[in-house]
Amino acid sequence: MLGIAGTLAVLAILGFVILPAAVVTLAAFNDRAILTFPPETWSWRWFAKAAAYDDFRSGCRNGLIVAGWASSIALLVGATFAFALDRYSFPLKRMLEAVLLSSLIVPHFTIGLGFLILAAQIGWARGFAVVVACHVVLVLPFVLRSVYVSLRNLDQRLELAAASLGASPARVLVTVTLPLLAPGLVGGWLLAAILSFNEFTASLFVTAQRTQTLPVAMYNYVREYADPSMAALSVMYILATATLLALANAYLGLGKVLNVEPHR
Amino acid sequence: MSSLTADRRSKERAGAPAAADSDDAAVSLSGASKKFGKIIALQDATLSVRRGELMTLLGPSGCGKTTLLNLIAGFLVVDDGEIEIDGKLVNEIPTYKREIGMMFQNYALFPHMSIADNVGYGLRMRGIAKPDLKRRVAEALSLVRLTGVEDRRPFQLSGGQQQRVALARAIVVSPKVLLLDEPFSALDRNLRTSMQIEIKEIQRQLGVTTIFVTHDQSEALSLSDRIAVMFEGRIRQVGSPDEIYRRPTDRFVASFIGDVNVLRARLDMVNEQAIVTLGAARIPVPVEPLAEFRAGNQVDLFVRPERLRIANAGEPIAVEATVAAHVYQGGYVNLYLEAPAICTNRILVRSLEPDAISRWPTGTRVGVSIAGNDAIAFEAEPSPPDRIEK
Repeated sequence: MLGIAGTLAVLAILGFVILPAAVVTLAAFNDRAILTFPPETWSWRWFAKAAAYDDFRSGCRNGLIVAGWASSIALLVGATFAFALDRYSFPLKRMLEAVLLSSLIVPHFTIGLGFLILAAQIGWARGFAVVVACHVVLVLPFVLRSVYVSLRNLDQRLELAAASLGASPARVLVTVTLPLLAPGLVGGWLLAAILSFNEFTASLFVTAQRTQTLPVAMYNYVREYADPSMAALSVMYILATATLLALANAYLGLGKVLNVEPHR
Repeated sequence: MSSLTADRRSKERAGAPAAADSDDAAVSLSGASKKFGKIIALQDATLSVRRGELMTLLGPSGCGKTTLLNLIAGFLVVDDGEIEIDGKLVNEIPTYKREIGMMFQNYALFPHMSIADNVGYGLRMRGIAKPDLKRRVAEALSLVRLTGVEDRRPFQLSGGQQQRVALARAIVVSPKVLLLDEPFSALDRNLRTSMQIEIKEIQRQLGVTTIFVTHDQSEALSLSDRIAVMFEGRIRQVGSPDEIYRRPTDRFVASFIGDVNVLRARLDMVNEQAIVTLGAARIPVPVEPLAEFRAGNQVDLFVRPERLRIANAGEPIAVEATVAAHVYQGGYVNLYLEAPAICTNRILVRSLEPDAISRWPTGTRVGVSIAGNDAIAFEAEPSPPDRIEK
């Protein structure tokens, strides 16, 4: 049992974690055109404004395009490397692992700057390709990790059992390995997509007006205006992500998706 | 009559009766060896498993029995030697083309499939049409006496039920050889015994050649047609349970199977037969292990506890000893005796006398005699002889 002091401590920590989201949510309903807390008069109008604002609409669309491509490519690459790291031993394995996880260490602005220089060097227009490539590097460690943990949890005797029953390697993969990895693969993809959609620092370097993602659009907006439409947008964003995670939980089990629960 | 059984029966009628003849071997290995890095897991294993036989690979952990099973399954590839299944060399043939059935220690049921889909997996991989597949799955499940669970998932079943599913999944494909990897180790004691009897019955009914891996010698003795005893990567002896128990060919086999007392004795005579002297007793032993010995040499005499008894008046006394402890076991009493000059460990005597504890209280000096004629002697070890604890 926690006791009263313990319960209070837990509540305090929870409150602290929720605080920023709560402040922003309340600020979003402020009727006045300034970001203050707490609001004095209430309104929905900033939600309507945020939803109608062109830069936000295109930012959202661009963000979805980038997140979709980046997380899918990262999933493919990450899953392949996770397989290699889990199943085979080869020279420089440790080094490969380190390189793949390096974007956890290298700051995002460094990666963004690097891609910016590179893109200029090889004459890429600042189109979607460079944004997607940059995001692949950023989210790869998370996908790799998610798939790798799923692979570790996968009992290889299941694959041996399938082989003993006459399944060729390709059929073992399709009928046993992939179905059992599905939660890890979906979880990895989802995590990557959310991170990519959220990413700001590196995106600031590699996006152009035509390709700017939602966080960049929000940044550009807040440099000129300070009305609560930003806060309204945040609330919409939180709701969308929460819905997505709730769906993932309902169909896959969040514990499995986030790899905190052993597979049965 | 299920088609599983019918298939087997017709095969048996067509084929020759089971014999040691290597042409009739369902599985045969010759000179099979496997190394992992510098560690020799299996060395020069030669073994012929007869059709329909239940062959047990028995040995302590690390003896190479699992490596041998994995080589037969094709999960590993031999470095050297040959493996044949059903008369066909399978060295280069991958697992999925070997037509085996395997039951894993943890059963390895597919967690994302229903019980029916688990059992039907091998048939689906063989492209069996649906109506036929359904019928065969139902037959296999009724053979292992598990019906009404077709739509459940593995985690909803008990350990014993999961084992039945694993067995049904392995036999439904009518494998050329059924491989069992320590299948009973996860079950509790009572369930284990009944599952052993059941699996043995099903195996006999189907006539499926079976290779069974275990470290449990009593399990091996009770289930096997023949046992291959393995130690340190080598097959030490192959024989029926009785041969293994009563005529072990070396010290290791004698010590590993069953309880045994190792008594220091003197070789009295070797020619057609060998006689060992211990105290006033003269004990006939097999000649073969002593071929290079001369009378007067020290030997280690291996005697089972049930072959020792507290001597009645007039019987020749082999060992004078002091009663050190008793363990009451219901049907019998284990008496632990001390005779440091003869045996460094305590000598174990299994007495069927109901009043053994009151008749021979601790501290009593007793004379021990040796009954029967299945004591066996090996070269004395330089280190003091031990009764190997398992």
